[in-house]
Order: sequence, then structure tokens, then C-alpha cells
Amino acid sequence: MPELTYREAVRDALGKALRDDESVFIMGEDIAEMGGSMAVTQGLLDEFGPGRVRNTPISEMAIVGSGIGAAIQGMRPIVEIMYEDFLTISMEQLVNQAAKHRTMSGGQVSVPLTIRTQGGAGWSPGAQHAQQVEAWFVHVPGLKVVFASTPEDVRGLLWSAIYDDNPVVFFEHRTLYPIKGEVPEELEPIPLGKARIHREGGDVTVVATGRLVHEALEAAEMAEGEGISVEVVDPRTLLPLDEETIVGSVRKTTRCVTAHEAVTRGGFGAELTAVIQHGAFDWLDAPIERVGAKFAPLPFAPGMEQWAVPHADDVLDAIRRTVART
Amino acid sequence: MTTVEERTGPGGRGVSEEVLRGFFREMLLIRRFEEKVEDRFRAGELPGFLHVAIGQEASATGTCAALTREDVIASTHRAHGHAIAKGTPVERIMAELYGKLEGCSHGYGGSMHLYDLEVGNLGANAVVGGGLPGIVGAALAFQMRGEKRVAVAFLGDGATNTGTFHESMNLAQLWKVPAVFALENNGWAESTPASQQLPLPVEELGKRALAYGMKLIEADGQDVEAVYLAMLAARDYAVSGKGPVLLHLRTHRLTGHYVGDPQVYRDKKALEEERETKDPVRLLGARLDIGDDEFAAIDAEVTAEVEAAVEFAKAGTDPAPEDALKYVYA
Repeated sequence: MPELTYREAVRDALGKALRDDESVFIMGEDIAEMGGSMAVTQGLLDEFGPGRVRNTPISEMAIVGSGIGAAIQGMRPIVEIMYEDFLTISMEQLVNQAAKHRTMSGGQVSVPLTIRTQGGAGWSPGAQHAQQVEAWFVHVPGLKVVFASTPEDVRGLLWSAIYDDNPVVFFEHRTLYPIKGEVPEELEPIPLGKARIHREGGDVTVVATGRLVHEALEAAEMAEGEGISVEVVDPRTLLPLDEETIVGSVRKTTRCVTAHEAVTRGGFGAELTAVIQHGAFDWLDAPIERVGAKFAPLPFAPGMEQWAVPHADDVLDAIRRTVART
Repeated sequence: MTTVEERTGPGGRGVSEEVLRGFFREMLLIRRFEEKVEDRFRAGELPGFLHVAIGQEASATGTCAALTREDVIASTHRAHGHAIAKGTPVERIMAELYGKLEGCSHGYGGSMHLYDLEVGNLGANAVVGGGLPGIVGAALAFQMRGEKRVAVAFLGDGATNTGTFHESMNLAQLWKVPAVFALENNGWAESTPASQQLPLPVEELGKRALAYGMKLIEADGQDVEAVYLAMLAARDYAVSGKGPVLLHLRTHRLTGHYVGDPQVYRDKKALEEERETKDPVRLLGARLDIGDDEFAAIDAEVTAEVEAAVEFAKAGTDPAPEDALKYVYA
């Protein structure tokens, strides 16, 4: 199987969709000549031209909103919001318009729009270029929310997002762009709403998203050395959520840790915890542990930043705590 | 697509009397519809809350008459007139206000979310300025596919102070998409007068187009013929590929912001005067010299249409409560 970086995998899905389908176009800030602030869209302008690879003004409301209008008229736009922090500016269009048109119209309208964005700590950008806001959108009926953690997943899930007839907020993680992974020769769509079990284990389940999937896998290795068998599950799609796989895993292991980079309070782990305690109450042998960032805007100084966000050792500590409960 | 000249005769002026009489009938239909809506709301039959556009009928009729069925509009919270003028039958709009399945949004939308995709109504929007970026995107789709269609966003003067207005005007002009921003300037943002929300004199609000290098076309919003001709010109300009247009229509809201608004903020004498001198239905009736008998005949016809719409709506089907989840996802 060929190997791609996470960045190349995103680009591969975009390129294939643009190549296959005239209704697909991409737009966002600096995505054309510059190839995007994360270099994801490099080369696409040359292949598809400025009509379908469109630089936009710094206008997040208009970027998302015009994507909505084009989608309703039968296009499949993919818009890029440079940093997920800037989703805040387009929030009204996402929450009041994209998510609601279908219901408000009594089913007449569909909005096949993909909103790609990225974020994540680990490079000292300060508080306005790295937060993780995926949980906000899980609260909005009408949206779908994806957070992919590997090259194979990001390619297959992005394809499904583009061809979903609903607005999909698609989160990528900045520090994952350079990671490499095997991908199928031909792009294989990965259905939205299907979790992935990265590693099987019998003692505790870690449900992790984004960068924390990799931290959880590292923690699982370390735990194995201590005689603890860890199962690692990545929901991949946060909305809709594959409750069956997640609850099934916890019923098997009887213990659970949730892990994400976003702040713990009100984070996606809170929703996971609620779903799991309801679905696996009689199986649980310990309280569900939550791992996330500490409750502060992300500070700049590297020492503070690294302390604020979770790493493999934080996941390992949580695994130990939950296993220690008798 | 015909040009303005071809549709209006030599010189581009002079809409035929027959066409104007058609406008008169539709404007009176909108007026009677909205009066009935006020009446049924006060009677407690209509859930939610409502905004009528009494006084702004010429704007709805004149603009939509200049559009084709393939052209699309996005409306505002003051949407009944636009929906009627774009071609949705009044009984389906009334049924929507009663929350019935037969409604134009099947009971999911209500007064502020009237949709009818078949006639190109992309929906009324209850967030001021919320529908504007979507219209830029619709126009972009038309442009990318080479379709000779125009996308029209209705907005009020209040919306010109929102961020979406400025982002949408900027992007539309940058990409020269076939969009028309139909600005119905009634001088009120809910209860706040122009003097407290606009840094320009209310009559000069069209100047905002100049900041974007956008084509500005202006017309008296109480004169349906002027509105119609202005919209024809705006449409021709936009679909010819020259770019979007800000269509500035100075109009008058002859009622409150919402049905039941006591308008404590408004000078009663000035309002009375506006009702006397700015009523677009009355102005057109006088111009067409429509006498009492003829008026009574047209009035009886449109009133009967509205009454039938109420009967249709009342006999409609209530959606099953659990159908609330039916259209969350495609």
C-alpha cells in the first residue's frame, strides 16, 4: 500500500473530487497561489484554475455563507476556514443557516457543504490560533462533525463529507499534517458515523479523538509494560456518533477513559461519558476518567502551553486511576 | 432574455396599463392578505409572531415581476409580500402561518421562514442580514455554470449595518456575480429610526454601494412602475456579467415592527401623514383612475381569495409531533 502524509491525503481527496466532479470547487483564504496556510491545497490551482480554486477575502461569514448558497443551488463546495478559531466569525452562518435550512424549509433544501478547518497546540501560537472547538458543533442539530486522526481516515472521511448531502464541519489537526501512514491504492470512502478500533485490549477502553488518538496509542504501549491491556477507539465522526462500537467496547473492558486536546469541561468527552454511562452502566467497574486540556485560554510560553494540553502520560495516568478502582 | 427596452417599449419607459392593473391587483391581494393575517393573529389563531409589510407592497410586486421563475430570492422577516409576488399561492402561505403540512414550508418554518423552491424562493430569514451571503453563493453557482439567472437578496436599512452585508457586497462585487441586493429602506430598524442607526441621511443610504464600486440603481419604492423598471435594469445588468447591483428602494412601513407593536417610538401625526401620502396601493389606484365600483370589484375578488386561503389553511393537516425530526438531515 502507498504511504501518504496526512496533508497529502487531504490534498488527494480534494484533487480527486475536483477532477471527477464539475460541481466541486474549493474556496478560502490563501488557498490558491500560496496553497493554504498549511500547504494542503498546494498544486490544486495549477491543475484546476482560479475558477474552482478560489482565494477569498478575509470574510469568514461570506466564505461559509456563499458556500451555503452555492450548495443549495446544486454545487458541492468545500470551504476552508484557516484556523478553527475563526469559525467563531462564521458561527451565525453555520449554526443559523447551514444547519437549519433543511428543517426550516420542510425538507425542500439540502446543503451539501464541507467546511474544512484545522487547529491544535504544540507550536506556541498563543490563544487564538490553536484551540479545539469541535464540541461546540456537536450541539447543533443539522450539522455533521468529523475529526480524523490518520492519513487513511482523513482521505476516506473527507470524501464522504464532500458527498454527504448535509453540512459537515471537518476538523483536521495541525500537528498531524506531517505524519505518514499507509492508504489504500484507490481512495476508499469511509462512512460517516463509523468508529475505528485502533488497538484491541481487555482492561480499559480509551476513546480518543484527533492528536490524542496517537497519544492514547503511546499510552497503551506504556500501559502494556505495566500489565494493563488497553483498547483504543477513535469515533472519527463525532456527529453522528457510533455509540454501538464505543459502548460495546466499554461493556467488554468495563473501564473507560476519554481523551481529547480540547479543554475537558464541556468537551466532547462529556458527551461520550454520558453516552457510555447510560449504555454500559451495569458493566462499569470505575468512574469514567476524562482527559483534556486544562481550563484556560492557551498560553504562549512553551512550558505553559505544553503543561496545559494533554499528552500520553496524562492518558496513562488516567488509565492507571481507572484500573486502580476496585 | 429580453432587454428592458423590449419589455417596456421604446425609451425603456411606459409600462402598459394592463401590466399596471395586474400590479394593482397583486398589491391589493398582498394588502388584504396581511390585514387578514393581523386579524387572525389578534384572534389567537396564529402561533408565533408576525411582521407585516403594509406600505411596502410596491417593492415586493415591482421587483418580483421583473424576475423569471428561474431567478431566486432570499427574503427577510417581513416576507409575506415577497413570497406572494414570487409566485407561491396565498393558500400555501396562509397554511404555513397556521403551521400546517400544506404550508409552503410544511409547517416547519412559519412566517419568518417561508420557502418555496419551485418558484425560486430560497427562504425568508429571521436573522437580519443572515440571507445575504447565501445569495452571493447562489449567484456564484449561476456564474460558474453559465446560467442567465439572477439571485436577489431582500434586505432592510437595518441590515446595512451588519457584517454579512459588508462581506457579501464586497465578495459579490469582487467576483462580479449576478446578484441584486434589493434594499427596502423604510427608515426603521425595528423601533430605531434612521437617525439613530445610520451615519448617512436616510435618503442617501444607496451611497454604501459606492464603497464597493458596485452599480447603484435607485427608485421610489412606493411607485411600482419605477420599482419594476429599476429591477429590470438591475437584472439586465447583473445577468450580462457586469456585476451585482445595489437596488435602493426608499419605502415606508405604514405599521409597526410586529403585529401588535404599539409604536410608542413613533410620531403618530407623521405616521398618519405617511399613510395619507405614501400608501402605494392608493397611489397606484389614483394614477390608474380606478373608481369606487372598479375598486370594489377587484377588492371583492382578492378578499375572497384571502378568505379561501384561510379556509384552506384551517382545514389543513397538523404535522405529527414526532415529525419534528424528519428533516434534520438529508
